[in-house]
Amino acid sequence: MMARLSAGLSRRGAILLAVLFVVLLSAPFVVHDYLLTVLILILYFAYAGQAWNIMMGFAGQLSLGHAIYIGLGAYVAATLFIRFGVSPWLGLLGAIPVAAACGAIIGFLAFRFRVAGVYFAILTIAFAEFARIGFDHLDFVNASGGLFLPVKQNVHSDPWLLRGDPRMFYYVILLATSLLFIVCHLLLRSRVGYFWLAIREDEQAARATGIDTFRYKMYAVMVSAAATSFAGVFYAFFYNNLFPEQVFSISRSIEIILGPIIGGVGTLFGPILGAFVLTGLAEVLNSAMTSFGIEVPGVTQVFYGICLLLVVAGLPDGVWPPLARLLRVSTSKK
Amino acid sequence: MASDVYLNVVVGGVLTGLVYGLLALGLSVIFGVVRVVNFAHGEMMTIAMFIAVVSFSTLHLDPLVSLVPIAAAMFVFGYALQIGLINPFIRRAEHTQFLLLVALGLIIANGLLIIFGPDARSVQTSYALDSIQIGPLIVDTAKVYAGLAAIAFTVALFVFFRFTLVGKAIRACADNYTGAQVVGLDVKRLYALTFGLGAACVGAAGTMLTLLIDATPMLGPSYTLLAFVIVITGGLGSMPGALLGGVLVGVTEALAGLLFTPSAKSMFAFGILVLVLLFRPQGLLGKRLA
Repeated sequence: MMARLSAGLSRRGAILLAVLFVVLLSAPFVVHDYLLTVLILILYFAYAGQAWNIMMGFAGQLSLGHAIYIGLGAYVAATLFIRFGVSPWLGLLGAIPVAAACGAIIGFLAFRFRVAGVYFAILTIAFAEFARIGFDHLDFVNASGGLFLPVKQNVHSDPWLLRGDPRMFYYVILLATSLLFIVCHLLLRSRVGYFWLAIREDEQAARATGIDTFRYKMYAVMVSAAATSFAGVFYAFFYNNLFPEQVFSISRSIEIILGPIIGGVGTLFGPILGAFVLTGLAEVLNSAMTSFGIEVPGVTQVFYGICLLLVVAGLPDGVWPPLARLLRVSTSKK
Repeated sequence: MASDVYLNVVVGGVLTGLVYGLLALGLSVIFGVVRVVNFAHGEMMTIAMFIAVVSFSTLHLDPLVSLVPIAAAMFVFGYALQIGLINPFIRRAEHTQFLLLVALGLIIANGLLIIFGPDARSVQTSYALDSIQIGPLIVDTAKVYAGLAAIAFTVALFVFFRFTLVGKAIRACADNYTGAQVVGLDVKRLYALTFGLGAACVGAAGTMLTLLIDATPMLGPSYTLLAFVIVITGGLGSMPGALLGGVLVGVTEALAGLLFTPSAKSMFAFGILVLVLLFRPQGLLGKRLA
């Protein structure tokens, strides 16, 4: 187990990773509340980006509709909590199968009927939009009126019910991001992971070597969907409100894929680095604008668009691979 | 009486669908020739809508008049876009192209949001509330104009591709990239021309749509998706297919709006999409790919 964990990681890489983890672990004692909220956002994007990366980065299946898994996770956990007072951790046990089943349906339809390439991407968007409009009319979850999670003031943090101050949310998402990072690391070095990479590089060839590509693509969608559903649970409990119009929207799907694309699709550090770079820069931009007294919606999104454009045009592998070479930490492939 | 209602709704759906068809035609032309999937299609349409709204409010130009200059302006925009941004990406991986255009869409939509704000803007023509009565049939005048303009534009495009030398050259590029280069066609310029023509379709469709719906900066993604649904339904690269798909989606939406609730109408378009993708992936009028 330990050998597997450290496989592919150079000494420098291990030290760097340890330093990063310690810094993140101690951050809440150093930074003030605003910065802590930014860090929570960064880790949320790192987590969701990592989850998306399983499907696109590892198995090469481009999903532009991951908002559906975020939305399902958020709605399952929030509904259980509001209606029955169920802990979000138990709610997660409901959210994961629901999201995985949804991923399985999309995957089954797409892979069984050979819907690939651009058609696959469109199909994922269509399902997310279908869910958005569907939830907008679903009275059981208050339709377009949205759900609101009860907020109690001046109570000490209750991690079991995910009610508390930003510090608690920070540690929850840090833990989740670290766990997912380790899981992805292990996955990449497992049999399944190698099959995924083979499918990503050349599906025909993968099939020719005897890999059951349908089955492994299904695994990729389901694992990715299940992991993404936790991002939804976190989203619901962190923001305390939930609207189909927002949680299922295309912009949700797009914003979570920006991090891994900018950081480096298919790499383990890419989603984390991308989230730090993108969200960090966006926050700098925001505070600069606020200090100049400019309040215009859309500027952050334009900034995201420009970043995406520049990276796609100039650094098709993302920022991490060249940076890793610079830091001499990578012993692995791209 | 009841059947009259259905008839009216269906005819209204057909007219709206023709405009949808023109929008989708732009996507189909671009994909059919340049082989680039324009994920910024709806956003380009929103640009045209805002130009139409602004030229109406400042210059009092009726959308039926501003139709031609806006289509021309969008042609130039599309041409420049292909030359400046997309041509270098022609030989790159498919998903790189998607993301390039997703980025472009993000910039356009939010650029419009910054300039115009989030409010819906509409065009109040003198005939906005008029309707035409033919026997039991009552249709909105605006819809009739929009539908007719869409047909005229489509016919012009069809004639161009069928009967002009440039149109023939573009079809040659679509059929065989290498072959077109061998016989000395300037493929990059023809690609730019094609993207321009696709953008002109979008421009015309967007201008017509201001007669039917309000313009907001965030309309883009759902109309990109709508155009895809139509193109996939009709068959990629098929011009009559795009119109047929547009009409089919227009009528479905109109009927869904009548029988269920208008805000849920797009769900039915997605239903069509899923059915077509699964059972007739080449589309209703598309050629089966090998």
